[in-house]
Amino acid sequence: MILEVAGLSTAYRSQAVLRDVSFSAPEGELIAIVGPNGAGKSTLIKTILGLTPSLGGSVSVFGRPIGDVRTRIGYVPQRESVDWDFPTHALDVVMMGRYGRLGWFRRPGRKEKAIAMECLAGVGMEAFAERQISQLSGGQQQRVFLARALAQDADLYFMDEPFAGVDAATEKAIVELLRRLRSEGKTVIVVHHDLATVPEYFDSVLLLNVTVQAFGPTAEVFTETNLQRTYGGRVAFAVAATGQAKGAEA
Amino acid sequence: MMQLWDSLAALATDPNLRWIALGCMLLGLSSGMIGCFAYLRRQSLMGDTIAHTALPGICVAFLLTGVKSLPVFMLGAIVAGIAGTLAIRVITARSRIKADAAMGIVLSSFFGIGIVLLTMIQHSGDGSQSGLDKFLFGQAASMVGSDVQLMAGVSLLLTFVCTLLFKEFKLLAFDPAFAKGSGFSTSLLDFIMQALVVTAVVAGIQAVGVVLVAALLITPAVSARFWTERLDRMIMLSGAFGMISGLLGAWISSQVFQLPTGPVSVLAAAFVFLVSVLFGTKRGLLTMRLTRSRARQQLQALQGSTASVKEAG
Amino acid sequence: MSMDFWILLTGSLAAVSCAVLGCFLILRRMALMGDAISHSVLPGIVVAYMISGSRDSILMLVAAAIMGLLCVFLIQWFNNRGIQSDASIGVIFTSLFAIGVVLVSLNARQVDLDLDCVLYGEIAYTAWNTLQIGGMDLGPRSVWLLGGTLLLVLTVIGLFYKQFKLCAFDPMLALALGIPAALFHYLLMGLVSVATVSSFESVGAILVVGLLVIPPSTAYLLTDRLGAMILISAACGVASTVLGFALAVWLDASIAGCIVAAAAILFAVTFLLSPKHGLLFARLRRTRLSRSTA
Repeated sequence: MILEVAGLSTAYRSQAVLRDVSFSAPEGELIAIVGPNGAGKSTLIKTILGLTPSLGGSVSVFGRPIGDVRTRIGYVPQRESVDWDFPTHALDVVMMGRYGRLGWFRRPGRKEKAIAMECLAGVGMEAFAERQISQLSGGQQQRVFLARALAQDADLYFMDEPFAGVDAATEKAIVELLRRLRSEGKTVIVVHHDLATVPEYFDSVLLLNVTVQAFGPTAEVFTETNLQRTYGGRVAFAVAATGQAKGAEA
Repeated sequence: MMQLWDSLAALATDPNLRWIALGCMLLGLSSGMIGCFAYLRRQSLMGDTIAHTALPGICVAFLLTGVKSLPVFMLGAIVAGIAGTLAIRVITARSRIKADAAMGIVLSSFFGIGIVLLTMIQHSGDGSQSGLDKFLFGQAASMVGSDVQLMAGVSLLLTFVCTLLFKEFKLLAFDPAFAKGSGFSTSLLDFIMQALVVTAVVAGIQAVGVVLVAALLITPAVSARFWTERLDRMIMLSGAFGMISGLLGAWISSQVFQLPTGPVSVLAAAFVFLVSVLFGTKRGLLTMRLTRSRARQQLQALQGSTASVKEAG
Repeated sequence: MSMDFWILLTGSLAAVSCAVLGCFLILRRMALMGDAISHSVLPGIVVAYMISGSRDSILMLVAAAIMGLLCVFLIQWFNNRGIQSDASIGVIFTSLFAIGVVLVSLNARQVDLDLDCVLYGEIAYTAWNTLQIGGMDLGPRSVWLLGGTLLLVLTVIGLFYKQFKLCAFDPMLALALGIPAALFHYLLMGLVSVATVSSFESVGAILVVGLLVIPPSTAYLLTDRLGAMILISAACGVASTVLGFALAVWLDASIAGCIVAAAAILFAVTFLLSPKHGLLFARLRRTRLSRSTA
């Protein structure tokens, strides 16, 4: 198991956001975290990474506390979390992925630039390397973020809604990227909102609504009953979505 | 104890003191109320910016009229304040510069230009300019009767407008798009709101000074937020906090030789803030700590029960 | 002539320190932090003055820097507890400044501190206050002080450029990479405090605020690269100093005020005419676009 989460809980004021979340992620899989709005999906990722404080519980990655293995973990935050007016260009953003490995005083040099360029090419963005980031489309910005995560050269990736608001071409590029990462033996955990594509894209799925509703291989866990339990009142929508997905597969 | 009572009674009987105390209380009330809206619209530092823009306004008013009178200064300051808020709007709307930097630019540019004008007036040997900087540093105790009456009158007017437009301002602060959809002219409302903030700041400058006037708007509003989750109560509380701070400022400074009214009022407001942070019933530290430990306990209880269920199974 | 030289040098040194640090402040949307710090140092200055009885002691610098950091710490502390950052800035700096004013008023006989001077500065007199060691005249104290500050600022920013940049752009990623974002926040604020305090005696609080915000904003409208932004900002700071000094001589007015006014003029021109982000070119581009689509 590459990631073990046990009894993780967080709260906003007196409201529990995550309650007693436990799961163990197998290595080399694409794993989706799915659940309704406010289910705590992003919070789960941030709490695992230690970016927001937890009320209790433990996280171990590669069998060690997270602080020891940060260079082996890649993170793609939500696109809205940064200021795209920041005076920098795409290549430079990708190079930021190398900062953790550079340590305290070393500066990014020719080697980092080459790696960053390669990563940009990996998402089909090499032509936009020198482009100011505010002049990129939403999908292009997302691809730059993914390239930055690639530059981190991690073994375990966390991605927060990478498919949100992207064009079809970018969606396709992201899926290809995810599959390539899997073929290289990496594990990717993705917060995902589009139920229809879950069976097609992901090996395992974690259904989350404050607590873990179900976790396991998509074929076993992504069922109507489990979705009903996770989405509660919005079940009609959820079921319709799975019906569509099944229809698409058929 | 007796002395304390006497000094309080003096506030009510001594005609000069009475006016100052009344003026400070009304000022605290009106800026406390208006400050709530500024706080909710995330424009807490607007007061600070407007206060600094007043300086060139006052200087130009003096250069144009040649008189040193409070109404003239206030008019100049209000015009400059409105120009400042417009400048901030143009900068943020027409470039990628964010609101905080735009405020910083306007604040320091206007004040810098004001200092240039002030020193030019001083060097031109146009007699004493002391009235100009007295206005800026705030000397409530040395204000003459008519000045205090003007300040009190303006404050009353502000309180009145704020109460009258409560519903509209609430909508504007919470959801401007919806306000527009509901048929209100948001740009007009926004302008009225800005004008109120500007007027409150200008009325406050002479009492507490340029640097501290921002506190009259923010501190009571932030304090009130710790006690309630409802806007109407927040505004009433904030006004009350402002009034108490004004009263304390007038009273304490009348007791201690050379103690300026404005800074003492600000410190009184800061004290109210501290009490609110610690003991506020909605967001105070004590309350938060209690709810957090309660949440943790509930969680542990829950985990205990699921664990025992698992063991039993 | 040599006095003019010292004034220009003092102003330029302060301008470059502030202009470099200001870039990070405006990118982190903390432009008014400089305003807050520059006012919060007052109680520190008063207490140091009461203890040492002189205006140019090291003690005063240290006390002021401590107050600056205390102000930053308090703002952050309240911010972490759910108060909007701008509200928390406003409450803290006014409270600290009020304490300072009350201390001055209560000790008016012992403390001969002119509040005007704190706000406006006395750059015109810097040349007379010289540093003397063993009878040697080493030039104005303020030049040494501001030169040292600039060296410190450039060294720290140079060493940790990548960390400051990442913390400004994406603090979440910085944390996820194991970069201590809080440490770099306080390091940056500490530098702003030192720059503020050392500038302020010679150039005044308002000039410090102006130099921290206006030249970086001008540069922000001229370039899309952080490195270039810092260089342009520093150049704008120096240009404002020179232009402002000339203006002050011509108008017979406050030098500090004129420097801010000159910075404001440079900003206004850039705001209108910047080829990348200026008002005029944006309008031209728009009309060209509408014509080409029509």
